[in-house]
Amino acid sequence: MNSPFQNIKSSRRDLLKGSASLVFALGSGGLSILTIEQAVAQSLAEAPRAIGPENLDTWLSFDAEGMVTTYFGKMDMGQGVDTVIAQIVAEELDINVGRVSVVMGDTHRTPDQGGASGSSACRQGAIPLRNAAAEARRVLVTRAADVLGVPVEQCQVEDGTVSVTGVNDRSVTYTTLIADGFDTDLDWNGNYGNGLNVSGQATPKTVDQYQVVGTGVARKDIPGKILATTEFCHHVSLPGMLHGRCIRPPVANAVPVSVDENSIATWPDARVFREGDFIAVVADTEWHAIKASQALRVTWSNTTLPFPPQEELFDYLRNAPAASDSSTGGFRGTPYETAPALAAISAAARQVEAEYEVPFQSHARMAPSMGLADVRENEALIYSDTQKSHNSRNGLAKLLGMEPEQVRVIWKPGPGSYGRSDADEAAFEAALLSKITGRPVRVQWMRQEGHAWDPKAPACVIQCKAGLDSANNIAGWYFKTRGFSGWDVYFNANDPQDTLVGQLTGYDKADRHNFGVPGESYRFADSVAFWETVPALLDRASPLRTSHMRAPQEPQLHFAHESFIDEVATAADLDPIELRLSHLQDEREIAVLEAVARLSNWDTRPSTTSRGEGNILRGRGVSMATSFGGFVATVCEVEVDTSTGRVWPRRFYVAHDCGLILNPRSLRTTIEGNIVQGTSRTLCEEVNFDEAMVRSEDWLSYPILDVMEVPESIEIDMINRPDLPPGGAGEPSLVSVPGAIANAVFDATGVRIRRLPLAPERVKAALTI
Amino acid sequence: MPSYQFTLDGQQQVVEADADMPLLYALRGELALKGPKFGCGLSQCGACTVIINGTAIRSCIIPISAVNGANLRTLDGLPTTAGPHPVQAAFIAEEAAQCGYCTNGWIMTLVAGLERDPNVSDQEIRNMLTGLKCRCGSHMAILRAARRAASAMAQAATAPNDVVQLFDPQSDGVDSNIEKNREVQA
Repeated sequence: MNSPFQNIKSSRRDLLKGSASLVFALGSGGLSILTIEQAVAQSLAEAPRAIGPENLDTWLSFDAEGMVTTYFGKMDMGQGVDTVIAQIVAEELDINVGRVSVVMGDTHRTPDQGGASGSSACRQGAIPLRNAAAEARRVLVTRAADVLGVPVEQCQVEDGTVSVTGVNDRSVTYTTLIADGFDTDLDWNGNYGNGLNVSGQATPKTVDQYQVVGTGVARKDIPGKILATTEFCHHVSLPGMLHGRCIRPPVANAVPVSVDENSIATWPDARVFREGDFIAVVADTEWHAIKASQALRVTWSNTTLPFPPQEELFDYLRNAPAASDSSTGGFRGTPYETAPALAAISAAARQVEAEYEVPFQSHARMAPSMGLADVRENEALIYSDTQKSHNSRNGLAKLLGMEPEQVRVIWKPGPGSYGRSDADEAAFEAALLSKITGRPVRVQWMRQEGHAWDPKAPACVIQCKAGLDSANNIAGWYFKTRGFSGWDVYFNANDPQDTLVGQLTGYDKADRHNFGVPGESYRFADSVAFWETVPALLDRASPLRTSHMRAPQEPQLHFAHESFIDEVATAADLDPIELRLSHLQDEREIAVLEAVARLSNWDTRPSTTSRGEGNILRGRGVSMATSFGGFVATVCEVEVDTSTGRVWPRRFYVAHDCGLILNPRSLRTTIEGNIVQGTSRTLCEEVNFDEAMVRSEDWLSYPILDVMEVPESIEIDMINRPDLPPGGAGEPSLVSVPGAIANAVFDATGVRIRRLPLAPERVKAALTI
Repeated sequence: MPSYQFTLDGQQQVVEADADMPLLYALRGELALKGPKFGCGLSQCGACTVIINGTAIRSCIIPISAVNGANLRTLDGLPTTAGPHPVQAAFIAEEAAQCGYCTNGWIMTLVAGLERDPNVSDQEIRNMLTGLKCRCGSHMAILRAARRAASAMAQAATAPNDVVQLFDPQSDGVDSNIEKNREVQA
C-alpha cells in the first residue's frame, strides 16, 4: 500500500495556501477536496436513500472499484464496533475486510437501528447486517453461476471474485454482477431500533467457517484519530455559519426577566436571541460569541432555592415520598413482596444490615455538547455526535415543526458519550437558533455547561438486609434501592420534552421512572430486590436531572449488592468467592468467577483483618457483573495508604465472557477502558452542588482518574464461547469495578466504606474513626 | 484587527484576530486544523495541546498575541514523508484511543517530552502525562504506546541514520531548536 502521509501533508498545505473553506472527502479513489459549498450542496440536495429494512440494497452498496459500503443504524462510541461490522460483512461476502466501509447514524442513509444503546452493536445491531451480507453473497453467486454457465455449487468466491472451482481462468467479479443493485427482498421482523432484524434465503456462515470474524483486525478509526485526519463533528463548518453560546441561570430554576442587549455592544456582530426561557448569543466569530455571552447582562427571577444541601442528599432520598417503584415503573412493572423476606430475616439467628450511598455522577465528556444546524424553509440538516440520530431526528422535527423526513441528522464522531449525556442538547439549541436566524448555527457548550448541565447518573441509597441461620446459611435477603429516576429525562431525544431547550421553550417534562435491580443469578432463600424512585428535584430544566449513564444504574446497584455479599461472607466467616459460588445458579457466572480466582491466584480465606506494612495496607476484593449479555468477574488488588487515604487499585484481574469473541484486540481495549472508567467512578467522581446550583463545573471541581492513579496492570481472561452468540462488552466490566475495589479496601483495612466515591479524605476519615 | 505571524508546521502563517483570542480558535477556525481540540478552555484537560518553541502548551488559554513569531508544531503536522511520528506510530500500533478526542494532548505532550529525552522510566512517563484527561479510560493502551514510542526513539537516537529519517530537516515537522538540543545532547 502506498503511504497516505504524503497526500495528507500536501493536502493540508494546499488548504493553508488557499481558501480556508475546504473540506476533505476520503473516498475510494483517495483523498479528494471539495469546497464547503460543494459539500453542502451535496448533502442538502442529496435525496434520502431508500432505507426500508426489507430491501437488501438498504444495507449494502458496491462501487465500480469493488469497494463495499454497508449502512449501520448504530454508531461507534470509541470501542471500534464499525470494524467489527466490517469484519462480519466481509466474512459473509467473502471479500477482504479492507474493502468494507461503514456508514453510521445518518438518518438519510442508514436504517433506524436504535443508535448506540445497551452494548447492543454486536449482540443485536450486527445481526441484520450479517444476514443481509449472506443474502447478498447468495444473490451475487447465483448471478455469477448464470454468467459462468455452471451450477452454483461449482462457484467459489475469493475477495469478491467468483470463479469456477478448479478452473482458474473462468471468473467474474462482484462489481460486474451488481448492475443496478440487488433488487432483492428480505424478511423484516417489522421492528425498528435495537430489535430490528432481517433475513434472506441464505444461511449465514457457521462459526467454524469464520476466517475474519474472531481475529484482531486493526480498528479502522484509529489511524485517522492519531494522524489528525478524522473529521469529528466539531470540525464540520458550513458557509455563513454563526457561532452560538447559551446563557444559563445562576440559580437552577431562575428564569430570565430581562436582557440588556447594550451589554454586548462591544461586539457588533453579536446578537441575543430569546425564546421562552432560553437565551443565547450568536456572533460571526466563535471568540466574539464567547466574549459576548460572558458579558451579557441578564436579570433573573428570584426563586426559592431548588435543591437540598449536598450533605443532606441521602437523608432527602430516604425521606422523600415515593414517586414510583418496581411494581409499576420501568419497561414493565415487576410485582414484589417484602414480607416473606423480612419475616425470614427477623426469624434468623443473626441479622446483617448495611446501607450504601452513591452520589450524582456526571458523564463529563472530554468536550461539552456541540451541534451544527442548517434549518431552511422545508428542510433541515443537523450535524450531531448524538448516540441516537434517528430519535434526535424525530425530536428535532417536532421542535422545528417539520416532518421527520424533512430533517436529516448526520452523526459524526465526538468526545465519547457514555449514555444519555449532554450530546443531544447543543444540536437542538443550534436547530432553534438556525430557524430563528435563517443561518447555519454552530452551538458549542462551554466546559461549565458540560459538567453542570449534562443529565446526571441518579444518586441513590440502597438498603440491604440478610438473615443468617445458626449454621451460617443465608435465610433471607432484602435489597431496596431509593433513588432518582434513571428516566427523569429519557434515554433518547425522540421528543423535545427530553432536551433542555425543549423544557425551556414550553415542552413539559415527562414523569418517567426506572431504576433497576441486580441481574445475577444468586439464589437466596426468601429474597426480595426492588426499587423506589423519588420525584425529580425540579419539574423543569434542571442541572440535576437524571438519565442513563454508562451501564444505567448498574454501577450503583452492584457497588451495594457486591459489597453486601462480602459483608455477609465476613459475618459468616466465609471466603467471598466461596459464598458466591454456593449461591450462583448460572453456569457462565460460575465459570467467570472460577476463572478469575485462577487468574488472580485467589487466596481462599475470609476477608477480615488488615494486612500490609507501615502506611501501606494491601487487600483483594471480588465482584460480579452480569448485564447486556456479558458475564464478568473481577478481582482487584488495592494498596491503601493510611496516612493519606489514597486507594490505589494496583492490579485488576478480569474474567470476561461475552459469548463469541468477534475481535479480541478491540475487546481487550474495550474492557480496559471499562475498568479504568469504573475505577474513576469508584474513587473520584461526585457531583457537587449547593441549594442553588451544581458546583461541579470543570475538571478541578469534578476530578476523574489521573494517569498517576491508573492501575499497574489489568490482566484479562477473555473467555471465547464460539458455541454462543456475541453478547455485550461495552458496559458489564465497568459494573464490576466498584464492588471489587470496595471489597479490597475492606480486606486491606478491616474498615467497610459504604459511600462512593472512595476519595482519599473519606477513606482517611473512615480509617481514623 | 491586529495580525500575528508564526510558523505553523513549517509554514509561515498570518492570522488577523483580537489580541486576547486564544490560539486554539485560530488553529481550529481559520487554519482548519484537526489535531488541537476544544475540551475545556481552562488549560485543565490538554486536548488543545500544541508544541510552541519546543514546549507542549495548552493552546486554549494562550492568547494569539503571545505566539507572534513563534514556532508551532501540531498533531496535523507531525507526519513526514517518512511516515507518522514515532509517537503516532506507537499509538496506532497499540490502538491507544477510544473516542480519540483527547488523543492530541497525549501525543503532543509525549512528542515534546520524548524528543527532549526518550530514556524514561515508566514512572517518568506517568509524571510527564499527569494532568491530561482521558474520559474513555484508554490509559493502559496510552502507557503501552508511550513505552513503545520511548523505546523506538531511544533506539533511533543511538542510530544516526534513523534520526535523519525520522526528523528530516527538509520536512515540515521539524523544530530546529529540538534538532539543536539533540546535537548538544549527542
